Amino acid sequence: MIPDLLILAQETTVEPSQLGFMVVNGLSLGAIYAVLALGFVIIFKATQVLNFAHGALAALGAFFIAYFATIINIPGRWMEGAPGWLQWSLSVVFALLASAAVGMLLERIFLRPMLGEALFAVAIVTLGIDIIIRTITNDLIGLNSLPMGDPFGLSQIGFGCEAGRFLGSIDLTDVCTVRVPYTTVFQLSLTVVLVVGIALFFRSRTGIAMRATAWDQETARAQGISVGRIFALSWAIGAAMAAIGGLFISMFPRRPGGVDTFTAFFAFRAFPAIILGGLDSILGALVGGFAIGFAESAASSYLTFEFLGTGFGGVVPYLVMLLVLLIRPYGLFGTEEIRRV
Amino acid sequence: MLAVENLEVVYNEVALVLRGISIEVSDGSIVALLGANGAGKTTTLRAITGLLDIHAGDVTKGDIHFDGVDITDELPSKRVRRGISQVMEGRRVFAEMTVDDNLKAGAYINTNSAKVKASYDRVMTMFPRLADRKTATAGYLSGGEQQMLAIGRALMQDPKLLILDEPSLGLAPLLVQEVRDVIVDINSQGVSVLLIEQNANMALSIAHHGYIMETGKMVMDGDPKKLLKDEDVKEFYLGVKASGEQKSFRDVKHYKRRKRWLS
Repeated sequence: MIPDLLILAQETTVEPSQLGFMVVNGLSLGAIYAVLALGFVIIFKATQVLNFAHGALAALGAFFIAYFATIINIPGRWMEGAPGWLQWSLSVVFALLASAAVGMLLERIFLRPMLGEALFAVAIVTLGIDIIIRTITNDLIGLNSLPMGDPFGLSQIGFGCEAGRFLGSIDLTDVCTVRVPYTTVFQLSLTVVLVVGIALFFRSRTGIAMRATAWDQETARAQGISVGRIFALSWAIGAAMAAIGGLFISMFPRRPGGVDTFTAFFAFRAFPAIILGGLDSILGALVGGFAIGFAESAASSYLTFEFLGTGFGGVVPYLVMLLVLLIRPYGLFGTEEIRRV
Repeated sequence: MLAVENLEVVYNEVALVLRGISIEVSDGSIVALLGANGAGKTTTLRAITGLLDIHAGDVTKGDIHFDGVDITDELPSKRVRRGISQVMEGRRVFAEMTVDDNLKAGAYINTNSAKVKASYDRVMTMFPRLADRKTATAGYLSGGEQQMLAIGRALMQDPKLLILDEPSLGLAPLLVQEVRDVIVDINSQGVSVLLIEQNANMALSIAHHGYIMETGKMVMDGDPKKLLKDEDVKEFYLGVKASGEQKSFRDVKHYKRRKRWLS
């Protein structure tokens, strides 16, 4: 085994690849932004509401997950013999349902009365909702962060590791060329599942009704489609997607401690991705999410000069957004004639 | 089947648009509703289908009965379920969706997939040109094809009463003929039709009964053959003088003379 011998001979020279780290980190960030953007886009497409409360909904959803999975342990407390991952997944499902219910409630209480009002007035209403939800969520979370209780923990898959171990689960102390956290694999696969699910949903009876409503509400009503029900449904889906985004943020390697009062701010960073992709395009949300994720990751890996400081990565999404908007004001995939705020 | 009685509609709480009109559509018939721009034809349609609210309109008097049930205040979705379908003015297809998806959106109220399939097949045999363009984006269809799609979409709801709002609008004469034949065909399958039109010739040639509206009032109604022979209808809707010669705008100062139907 020549590679083995080589590695053994150069035992101490295994060096973590900066490019590898950048790619893995970019994928993880991209998945977060893409999922958040997807939820936002679904709400905007169906109801023409710019939902500035999306970040708050993400934090609230993450709190629900922590609450169901670790605090009250539902449904885990009724199924003691069951494997941990199953208990956790079911808790997440419960939390997503709770988030969806909150989304529907918000739509019914705050947004239905605003039907037909100017786009920007409704956007301001969502800013108010953002403040309310953020305050309540922060109060619920308290001072300490609440762990998500996910079964992935800090585990990672290592590639090209020390001591001849090329592939496999590793400890944090091992030196590897590239390490991929389990959470990143989870985030990416769930993102793929969600995108496929949404694509299939839009071909279903309800999905077609939602697209019809997005295009022309009056004509949709003339077909017997209940526009109110479609609005409620899109808010339910949007809020559940936001909760998944919140879960992604509250995991290793982003915020391994779990959800805290910073989660909502972090989720707000998905806005450049949303605007980059164009407000009303599912494909745009995906491309925008991963593009911003990679840009931010690359900037944090490579642009660490002294005068800009190490936090420069956090600024890059907004810079990319500004640049793209200068050239394509309606985003990469957005519809041109959309009225903007 | 449909009985509109003494209907009054007000927009924005000030503009009285319908001043007590009555229409009756009997089972299996074609009824034509004619009138110039602004007469209130589309408002009548909105009142019947329940779409007044988004235009800030209100029914302030009168009622609408369908199959003996008072539907004046029902939700639009419920009225569609009762069997009232409409083809809106200006076609209003879902331009970003394919022809197939447009038809599926039309079939939203129908959850029985076997029934949906039957309606779909019926629409496809009725409009072979749509069958050729199933996967085309609706916005790229020609005007005539879009009109056929709009009619097909309404037919997906398996209506008892089909209301068409100016289906001949902006179509070439040959296509108007085609639309006319389609309406007769639909009617022969047992669907009652309320046809709102400005093209009086086309509408009266197939209708069993005709109504003429002006500024929110019903000014005339009766047998379409009689209406077609009526001097005033001829002059105002068909552009022919009593003697039968073609009327030219040069020899009549039309705008100076305002016809008062009821005096």
